[in-house]
Amino acid sequence: MARVFVDVMLKPEILDPQGKAVHGALPRLGFEGVTDVRQGKRFELELDGEVTAERLDQVRAMAATLLSNPVIEDFDVQVEA
Amino acid sequence: MRVGIVTFPGSLDDIDAARAVRIAGDVPVPLWHGDHDLRGVDAVVLPGGFSYGDYLRCGAIARFAPVMTEVVAAASGGMPVLGICNGFQVLCEAHLLPGALIRNDHRRFVCRDQRLRVESATTAWTSAYQAGQEIVVPLKNGEGGFVADTDTLDRLEGEGRVVVRYVGGNPNGSLRDIAGITNGAGNVVGLMPHPEHAVESLCGPGTDGLGFFTSALQALAA
Repeated sequence: MARVFVDVMLKPEILDPQGKAVHGALPRLGFEGVTDVRQGKRFELELDGEVTAERLDQVRAMAATLLSNPVIEDFDVQVEA
Repeated sequence: MRVGIVTFPGSLDDIDAARAVRIAGDVPVPLWHGDHDLRGVDAVVLPGGFSYGDYLRCGAIARFAPVMTEVVAAASGGMPVLGICNGFQVLCEAHLLPGALIRNDHRRFVCRDQRLRVESATTAWTSAYQAGQEIVVPLKNGEGGFVADTDTLDRLEGEGRVVVRYVGGNPNGSLRDIAGITNGAGNVVGLMPHPEHAVESLCGPGTDGLGFFTSALQALAA
């Protein structure tokens, strides 16, 4: 069994109200010096067998069709070390 | 004419949409998300609500419901399809309409009677209006901010595909005050405000929303 991580983030030019809300809360808790917060999603996929180039292409296809919306989000695929 | 109303798990406004269709003189036909069949309808409405709990992204899971395969094929063939609120989000996720809807810029749910300007009266769902006409219908959403890249926005404006625009203040951060858009052919329309909640004078801000549903009749009769 192998694990593959898919990180999904809003594109830099897309407003992130949730990140802004978190950013606004940090100083209220006494945490200073944070200039911006962007909030994203992380998916952990457990796969049967070995991670091959073909399987990774499948994961990228999943990320592009369902896990992310390419209109507003970018994704990154990493295999667990 | 028979107008199908799709119910997804979490749809809220399917009953109101069916009532609006009936008041407009049409026959509402309930459609189920799990069916591979449009039951011979002449047009389809994707109603508001929180399909699949808004999990992942609003409309992202509904877009892959079995019935959507049929809706996408029918829309590509010219069938009138209207997406209201969550239905608009589903249409964007399904790539039947460009752009996407993101969380309101002020981070609060908005629920109010909203003034709109009808920018295009040439779509299957707005032919009962005059271009430039102002109407008031309810608006209620948490993720109603319409976004698209600048090229897409310019193309929508240039091709007259902005259908309705917010007037008197932008309620959710939608780029260029866009409340609703159409596809190139004018048969698919999506908007965040709820015309189906403004079809009877007894409840809601008036009957300004009825035109969306009588327009569909005209489009089909033409």
